[in-house]
Amino acid sequence: MRAEAVSPADAFARQLAGQRLRERLFRGSTLAAAMLLLLILGGVVISLLHAAWPAFSRFRLAFVTQDVWNPVTDHYGALSAIYGTIVTSVLAMIFALPVSFGIAVFLTELAPGWLKRPVGVAIELLAAIPSIIFGIWGLFVLAPVLQEAVEPWMDSHMGKLPLVGSLFQGAPYGIGFLTAGIVLAIMIVPFISAVMRDVFETVPDVLKESGYGLGATTWEVLWRVVVPYSRSGMIGGIMLGLGRALGETMAVTFVIGNAHQISASLLAPGTTISAAIANEFTEATTPLYTSSLIALGVLLFVITFVVIAAARLMLLRLGRRALPSV
Amino acid sequence: MTHRLIRKLVNLLALGLSALATAIGLIFLGAILWTLVKDGIAGMSAAVFTQSTPPPGGVGGGLLNAIYGSAMMTVLGIAIGAPIGVLAGTYLAEYGRKSALSSVIRFINDVLLSAPSIIIGLFVYELVVVPMGNFSAISGAIALAIIAMPVIVRTTEDMLNLVPQGMKDASTAMGAYPWRTITSIAYPAARSGMVTGLLLAVARISGETAPLLFTALNNQFWSTNLKTPIANLPVVIFQFALSPYTNWQRLAWAGALLITFAILVLSIIARVAVARLGPGAGRR
Repeated sequence: MRAEAVSPADAFARQLAGQRLRERLFRGSTLAAAMLLLLILGGVVISLLHAAWPAFSRFRLAFVTQDVWNPVTDHYGALSAIYGTIVTSVLAMIFALPVSFGIAVFLTELAPGWLKRPVGVAIELLAAIPSIIFGIWGLFVLAPVLQEAVEPWMDSHMGKLPLVGSLFQGAPYGIGFLTAGIVLAIMIVPFISAVMRDVFETVPDVLKESGYGLGATTWEVLWRVVVPYSRSGMIGGIMLGLGRALGETMAVTFVIGNAHQISASLLAPGTTISAAIANEFTEATTPLYTSSLIALGVLLFVITFVVIAAARLMLLRLGRRALPSV
Repeated sequence: MTHRLIRKLVNLLALGLSALATAIGLIFLGAILWTLVKDGIAGMSAAVFTQSTPPPGGVGGGLLNAIYGSAMMTVLGIAIGAPIGVLAGTYLAEYGRKSALSSVIRFINDVLLSAPSIIIGLFVYELVVVPMGNFSAISGAIALAIIAMPVIVRTTEDMLNLVPQGMKDASTAMGAYPWRTITSIAYPAARSGMVTGLLLAVARISGETAPLLFTALNNQFWSTNLKTPIANLPVVIFQFALSPYTNWQRLAWAGALLITFAILVLSIIARVAVARLGPGAGRR
């Protein structure tokens, strides 16, 4: 502080300089925080690739084409885990899609006003339940039911069908691809149906009313007006649900059986990428074992990144095309 | 006439199927909640909150150390993730609203938001655990922070965008610099929405299991040390549920009920806060 009197103009100039400094600091810190997100994603990619390098350079392409997974001989191939990831996710989508669509339809078109909100809120809250809960429920409640009742029935009744029969043959373990698919489906149903309902509600009432005005039934309005209008949003929601199913760890780890094998039967135990990492990572005894598990993580990241990015890009593309046609 | 009848039948069939789908969905979800409440309450006792996790084959035991570990890492994760998330969200909503960099960061944020959490766990393992040489509570908190960040970025940006431009313009017209407008006008106006975002982030990370498996790991004993492994509810549930000991399995269910209850309460509080803010705010 200087002792001499400060002219008002000087005081103003000094205050202005202080403001400018704070502006620069604040702006700089928001930019730095935003750049940190870029850095994190970059860091994820680089550090995982670095740690997975020994496995990739040792096995090269064979890492994704072989289904050998043998810690004793230190030989690793990811095919069985990739197979399990895709099979369980596809199963989950087959189960979850019709149910989610039905729930969204029920909530937007069918439910009376007093029922709409409680059911909607219940579905949204259930989307927040951590996946490990679904996992232990699958292990303790669903797996015994499947093992004792459903799977023996499938084996004896559906196992002899032509073409698809082999999908349902085999000993009823209770845990395996089918169980994991069902648990995953239960987990993603609240998510997909909440997104679909939100998308359905963006359809302008005028469009629906013109459908009704022409004499269309509720279902016709839904299928010919609401669904075409909200197609892009629906696909986006479905893809995000698929992304969840592909990367889900805890719900699957409990009920997949953790066997590195490829089986035609859905009743057989298998493994997925995330389940293999969760189960074996802290028990990996050799550096190559650890590296191979991280290499699995890289594959999972690539697969989910493609699905998520495709969902976003498709939303952009469809969003633009959908506008003029409405 | 028959055509009309067919259309009516199709309509009835389709709507009936959708009601059936809702019933199926609710039955499964109800079954899960029922098991959770039944077995969770059966596993509850005063010991759950007063004793640490039992050794293999030991009798009784509780979850005190795991509850503390989970709470500590969640708080720490939010303490690390919230400031960064809020600042980054501020950049996207205010300074860089239309820039190309913002679109890239928004995309990256969406990717991080939906990236499998186990990948984040592997990343933090390579980034923190390997250099430190051992599993630790702090690495678990960092993993949780990275998972919380995208949620907070997203809600902060959405909430700031809801603040009327006129309010910000009025502040600018008074001669305020953007930082002053943002901190004194935009933040208070968007406060309840931003708090909702934080609560949603807490709900999201408090049940995360996969990233803690190779960062915080687990600890049978009471520990408050940030540099050593620490017990936490999700990993304890994972290990205890798969164990052959019945007292461990009972504790796993009690822990599962605790986590779910905490998350549901948080989500409901967040929902009430959003309801006061107005419809459509804070979705996802």
